[in-house]
Amino acid sequence: MSLQFVVDGLLTGSMIGLGAIGVTLTYSILRFSNFAHGDFMAWGTYATLAVVSAIGAMVGKVAPIAPLSFGWPLIVALVVGMAFTALLALLLDRVLFSRLRSQGQAIIVVMASFGASMALRSLLEFTFTSRPTYFSRAIQIAMPVGFGIRITPDQIALLLLTAVLVLGVHLLMTRTQTGRSMQALSQNAALARIVGIDVASVVRVTWVIGGALACVAGVMIGILVQIRPFMGFDMLLPMFAAAILGGIGSIPGAVLGGLIIGLAEAGAVQLIGAEWRAAVSFIILMAVLFVRPIGLFGVRER
Amino acid sequence: MMDLLGYGAFFLTTALIFSLVTLGLNLQWGLTGLFNVGLAGFVAIGAYTSALLTTPDDAARLGGFGLPILVGWAGAMVVGGIAAALTGMATLRLRSDYLAITTFGVAVVVQLVALNAQKLTGGPFGIGFIPRPFGSLAETPLLFNLSNLAVVSVVTLIAYLALEHLSRSPWGRVLKALREDERAAISLGKSARFYRVQAFAVGGAIMALAGALQAHFTGFIAPDNYLPILTFQVWVMLIVGGSGSNLGAVIGSILVWAIWAGSGTLTSILFPPEQQARAAALQIAAIGVMLCVILLIRPNGLFGDRPRRPRFSKRAKVAAGESSSGS
Repeated sequence: MSLQFVVDGLLTGSMIGLGAIGVTLTYSILRFSNFAHGDFMAWGTYATLAVVSAIGAMVGKVAPIAPLSFGWPLIVALVVGMAFTALLALLLDRVLFSRLRSQGQAIIVVMASFGASMALRSLLEFTFTSRPTYFSRAIQIAMPVGFGIRITPDQIALLLLTAVLVLGVHLLMTRTQTGRSMQALSQNAALARIVGIDVASVVRVTWVIGGALACVAGVMIGILVQIRPFMGFDMLLPMFAAAILGGIGSIPGAVLGGLIIGLAEAGAVQLIGAEWRAAVSFIILMAVLFVRPIGLFGVRER
Repeated sequence: MMDLLGYGAFFLTTALIFSLVTLGLNLQWGLTGLFNVGLAGFVAIGAYTSALLTTPDDAARLGGFGLPILVGWAGAMVVGGIAAALTGMATLRLRSDYLAITTFGVAVVVQLVALNAQKLTGGPFGIGFIPRPFGSLAETPLLFNLSNLAVVSVVTLIAYLALEHLSRSPWGRVLKALREDERAAISLGKSARFYRVQAFAVGGAIMALAGALQAHFTGFIAPDNYLPILTFQVWVMLIVGGSGSNLGAVIGSILVWAIWAGSGTLTSILFPPEQQARAAALQIAAIGVMLCVILLIRPNGLFGDRPRRPRFSKRAKVAAGESSSGS
């Protein structure tokens, strides 16, 4: 068995983990599983693509930052895409989720997110068609790094980006007042309100972080694989499985869960073929629900 | 005129098959409060089970026992019910929307099996030569469509009456009690998990039956028939009709299917041929928006039985609440 799956698994796991952070935050703070989260990834990626194209049209060809396959336009576009996706999440909450939340039935909000998911995805399909597209068609040569493993500069850059973002979110959650407020709200919403935490503000931060990270995850997929309207939807099951495996509400858990699932998927490909890789998430999900429903870092509900 | 009648029968047959799925979903969600996001998976399980049992032998595939159609349908219900029971047992002791995620996973995996287990399911090429009721009438479309409409109508009526009976029975009242106030029901000695798994299994069996009916009506099935869009369409049908009402499930299905078919016709008129695929996406987006709007504005739907939560609702809301013609 080749060890190449470790790199592939870490990359896949990074994307799943970044997406799962938003899932787990939404789940623990807003208390519903957001089926539209995958489509935030897709919308963020297409927004980034649109900005890259716009910059290309205005400034002309820009040489990539050697040895990567992209240049500063993609970096700028990614930041814009993150902001756009955060705004999209806030807008959707304003228009739909917050109104349903005030009606009191959590499962109705999940249903609405399912409807919103299909609407968002179909609008993308209408606007951009379902034909796959790419940030760059350049081919990168993978460098051997020993043990039979090869890796490309893009992959290294994206792994580093993931590490930085995860560290940043973790520090935000543990070292800032906003982060502590978020944790308080996820642990006991009623008490959090009593001690004066501004719930509306915490909700907004949750959507912003979840949306922005979803965009990054989507752009990573776009750089390494391809861009399709269904790209986020196809990631939904692994993201849910990662969030549950890691323990709802735990950001380190979501990332670790994502890495575990990514590695398991990549490893399974060598055993059973690529066509079955999506089943790996489901098997892990069912195993967690049977054996340890609160996940690796979960806290039993009070 | 004869063509129109034939098409009407075809349309109604398809709508009633959808209403069968919706009836199963109404038992799971409307009556019991269980959120099934992967019902396409259970419909697919029923379709493939029946196809395997009733098709003639094929050297390229397992199955192909050539059994009678009714045996296929019964087998579909059994396998669908078992699949739903297993899914329910895993998740119904946990948070309510873990079931949503799990059923979503079931649909993904069923889709994977349908697509890749070529020895069993024919893979992307599907399974053909599924025997059709009154297949000998296929040369006369009007008679064929009317005959199948009669068959599907009878099955749907039987399912409807059975579900009406169940929902009024002590069993049905326990389900409603669990949906509306689980702690009170549990304190009266009802096992929440046991009843929910039963309801989920019965609903899954009915969905599987609908899948089998559809398979035998068209004579051919393929993985593309069971994409997430199917789950979505049925949910819209239930919400429009009003969850908690079996009558609403049937009428909502016919109404939404009419809207779907009508909007399909509309897009084919408005958009040039090369844009048809993109225009189809608008259909889905429009109905997605429609679902969200209904949830916001009229969550009860046409005939809905709104869950009552007197303990938590504000008194004013309760007093102003809409009267319901619920089942």
